[in-house]
Amino acid sequence: MVAIPSRHRSLALLAGVLLAQILMLAVQIKRDSRGRLIRVWVVSSVTPFERAGAWSVVKVRGVWHHYFALRNTSRENEALRTENDGLRLTLSQLQSKAAEADRLGALLQFKTSNEKVAMVGARVIGASAGTASRTIEIDRGERDGIHRNQAVITPDGAVGKVIEVYRDSAQVLLLTDKDSGIGAMLVASRIQCPVGGTGEPLLTMKYVPTEETVNVGDKLVTSGMDKIFPRDVPVGTVLDVKAGNPFKQIRVTPAAKLDRLEEVFVLLTPEPLEFQQESEAQSAPGPGVPAETPATGPPAAVRP
Amino acid sequence: MNDTFELRRGDTHIEVHKFFPGAIAGVTIAALALQAAFPVYVRRLDYLDLPLLITLYFGLSRRNPSTGLLLGTTIGLLQDSLSGPTVPLGLYGIAKTVVGYLASSIGARLDTEHPVARFALTGGFVVLHQAVLVLTRRLLLAQPEPWFNMHLTMAAALNAVVSVPLFLLLDRLRRSS
Repeated sequence: MVAIPSRHRSLALLAGVLLAQILMLAVQIKRDSRGRLIRVWVVSSVTPFERAGAWSVVKVRGVWHHYFALRNTSRENEALRTENDGLRLTLSQLQSKAAEADRLGALLQFKTSNEKVAMVGARVIGASAGTASRTIEIDRGERDGIHRNQAVITPDGAVGKVIEVYRDSAQVLLLTDKDSGIGAMLVASRIQCPVGGTGEPLLTMKYVPTEETVNVGDKLVTSGMDKIFPRDVPVGTVLDVKAGNPFKQIRVTPAAKLDRLEEVFVLLTPEPLEFQQESEAQSAPGPGVPAETPATGPPAAVRP
Repeated sequence: MNDTFELRRGDTHIEVHKFFPGAIAGVTIAALALQAAFPVYVRRLDYLDLPLLITLYFGLSRRNPSTGLLLGTTIGLLQDSLSGPTVPLGLYGIAKTVVGYLASSIGARLDTEHPVARFALTGGFVVLHQAVLVLTRRLLLAQPEPWFNMHLTMAAALNAVVSVPLFLLLDRLRRSS
């Protein structure tokens, strides 16, 4: 037998091992076999370790996610909270803008339906600093043709009158101010009487004799007698009526939302206006009664 | 029996290391199990060839070509077995046999303890391993396989980077002289 030098033994071993594996490959190709038995042994041997490894990975992941990664969770939570706050703020702003769009749409519709009447739209930019008076400040002034004693309205109804005018702003005395007053009349009975404020959210209908019939829910519109408001601008609705001597005590809910005014119109001339919805509602006192039918007889109370 | 001895080649003294009993078998099984787990848990680490790194490490450390090639053969055949029926037994076996033999031969001639040397050798052996795989597929299995692609570049870089800390870790399994 030929002896292999020691320095070539490893080379010979390499050749032998490689040859054996090449033959193994050839056998597998020839017989279309993939050494299933060997594979089964190997896989069966390694599978427990893989299973243990997988179990370890799951445990380590669990520990990591539930303990060590809580810092990130906290940060993520904070980020989500911040994002949520931002989204809520955005939602609130969008809701506000939507409401503003609705209001502006109503204003535009009102102005379009009264395009022959000279009026100036104004934004409310402030309110009275104390409870002693009920005024608002608008962003229109002398430069926009605003003068004292001009009527201020919204599509809902009368708001008040201009009491002070500056170059670019003006102050409006609301109907609810205790010094405020407006010539009004009941739509149904055509009784004319002044309506004024008391410093509270409700208005008071004054000087209605005890013998006159006034019902809760009756509508009030401007009479035009004060020379500030045109006729038929909605003023409010009778909320309750109490007997008095010599006059009834009548409280009226304002037609305009005086506690949440944002946009108003200043009427530059006291020309008649058309309040579509309110007029329709008010001009239907009963079936068969014409909307513009004047009251029979003189009004019970006329106080210009 | 000496746990560590010196291999003399001319004036060069190269230390040959031995390991704790069961260390090679344990590390090999762990490497194979981890290699099988990578595609499941960390898909991006499929560039990493832990069995190749283990073959390299023990080949470079033992510095015995016969031991190196037999270890390479064993690890390669185990990897073939775990790679599913589409991989014939012997594909990785041949490649790792060659790698194990050459790593042991180089380890017997050069000092491969320095991290830079390990980094460079690992990168080179990854390319060699791939070359043997491609050669085997083309010549013996008649399967078309590209010689070079980006995957090989990434694999060489990643394995070389990982080999440095991994080999330092495996150094702790050596028996002290």
